[in-house]
Amino acid sequence: MTSEKRGFGHYVLAAFFGLFVLFLYGPLSTILILSFQGPDGGLTFPMNGVSTRWFANLFETQAVGDFGGSFTRSFLLGLMVMITTVVVSLLGGLAFRRRFVGSTALFYVTIASLVVPSILVSLGIGLLFQVTGLRPAWYTSGFGAHLTWTLPFGLLIMFAVFNRFSPAYEEAARDLGASPWQTFAHVVLPMITPPLVGVGLFGFTLSYDEFARTLMTSGSFNTLPLEIYGMTTNVTTPVLYALGTVTTAFSFAIILTALIAIAIINRRRLMASGA
Amino acid sequence: MTIAHRAAPYLQALPLTLILGVFLVVPIAVIVMVSFWDYDSIRIYPDFVTFNYEETLLSWVTWKTYLNTLKFTAIVWAITLFVGFWVAYFLAFHVRTATMQTVLFLVCTVPFLTSNIIRMISWIPFLGRNGLLNTALVDAGIVPQPLEFLLFSEFAVVLAMVHLYTLFMVTPIFNTLMRIDRSLIEAARDAGASGFQILTNVILPLAKPGIAIGSIFVVTLVMGDFITVRFMSGGQSASVGLMMANQISLLQYPAAAANAVVLLAVVLMIVAGIVRLVDIRKEL
Repeated sequence: MTSEKRGFGHYVLAAFFGLFVLFLYGPLSTILILSFQGPDGGLTFPMNGVSTRWFANLFETQAVGDFGGSFTRSFLLGLMVMITTVVVSLLGGLAFRRRFVGSTALFYVTIASLVVPSILVSLGIGLLFQVTGLRPAWYTSGFGAHLTWTLPFGLLIMFAVFNRFSPAYEEAARDLGASPWQTFAHVVLPMITPPLVGVGLFGFTLSYDEFARTLMTSGSFNTLPLEIYGMTTNVTTPVLYALGTVTTAFSFAIILTALIAIAIINRRRLMASGA
Repeated sequence: MTIAHRAAPYLQALPLTLILGVFLVVPIAVIVMVSFWDYDSIRIYPDFVTFNYEETLLSWVTWKTYLNTLKFTAIVWAITLFVGFWVAYFLAFHVRTATMQTVLFLVCTVPFLTSNIIRMISWIPFLGRNGLLNTALVDAGIVPQPLEFLLFSEFAVVLAMVHLYTLFMVTPIFNTLMRIDRSLIEAARDAGASGFQILTNVILPLAKPGIAIGSIFVVTLVMGDFITVRFMSGGQSASVGLMMANQISLLQYPAAAANAVVLLAVVLMIVAGIVRLVDIRKEL
């Protein structure tokens, strides 16, 4: 770190950063508070008493549609996308460590996957299924649509990892007589586990929250974001905020789990190398 | 070298190639194909007609919608660039310990990993007619009655987009700033450069690739957006994505497909323009 004097500019920037964080979290905290609105309360302040009525309301199917079902679908889809993203990004990252015919084209297609607007992917996959007479479903067309969004992120993270990865470790393993598989499983894989957890986190949360790419690809059953969007047009009670609070708390729990996992792996490694 | 050794990268790249082929390349080809098809109110028919493009390109509404979308893009781009740069600058140069840097960066990243729709909904209690901001303004005597334009307006659209997309600017810029060799800045200071000169002559030129990548993200996200425009404008504003979404809901798939091809062409031209201005390959 450079040791600059902390002048006026520093405090202006710090205040700016603080405002930015407030801007990010302020609205989220208002719906957290308002989801505990009293039974007669409305969508805005003031609080009309405090209750957990709107959370109870969530689990009555008549009130908000199919919350349980759509949550289960989104959760399973998130897991499928997470596992696939980790495996495919890891393999892709390994492939790009060497030159192969078509690598440039594959790289550009991967970047294009980020740049092409989501609604185009949604429309394209929806039309593909229609033209070929296949029935779209969240676990086929929806699954593929989500992968077009998560895989580029996963691959870019793997690029960043392997760019800084010294081949000396693998050479040492090979010199000691390790087979390619042993080198990968005992040397490379343990070293890149923390970023792989990060890739998994991205895979799960991006899929769990995805809306535009699911719009035309989910088939007859809604995922959670589609269900929430449907609610915004016909639900005018704080149950909307209760749903927002529950799903956001779930996202936070997932993020926290991933961060703790990374921290534990890093600490174990530190202790192992210190011993 | 054994055959297995040489085949390895192809096998490793195969799943990625297959998935992107089936779910990205082929669907875009299908969009191009269907954009030449005919349709009625029930179904679409294989054909080769160009009127989907004629209707799209010759309509005054399309041009107005594109202009409106470009307006959103320009405004959101300018604001996210300004906010994103200074947030990244603060994180990279004004936070002293690496741990604190990681923590603060995570604080910025976490909302990005939660639902966009919930984040839009969360503006209602703040911006609504009886929302926090209006109540505060009226109570303070700044305005006589609640402002109507806060929620369900173009202002709300821009605000929500800045809220949703600024992180896409922060991350790449933060990355490039962290890679700037600190001795360059010290050298500039030793040579008598002022803080402003260091910013414009050393930091900004070196941050260009990050700015370009962030810009590509923000521009493509805003150009293709329909959900934020629909939700935050309350149906009072238009965007290309929203126009497509409406055509899709009316089952006018060939019209939506023609629109999609035009949108893709415009987005790719903007991206090509950015890549021409700034070489981003070193960053990837």
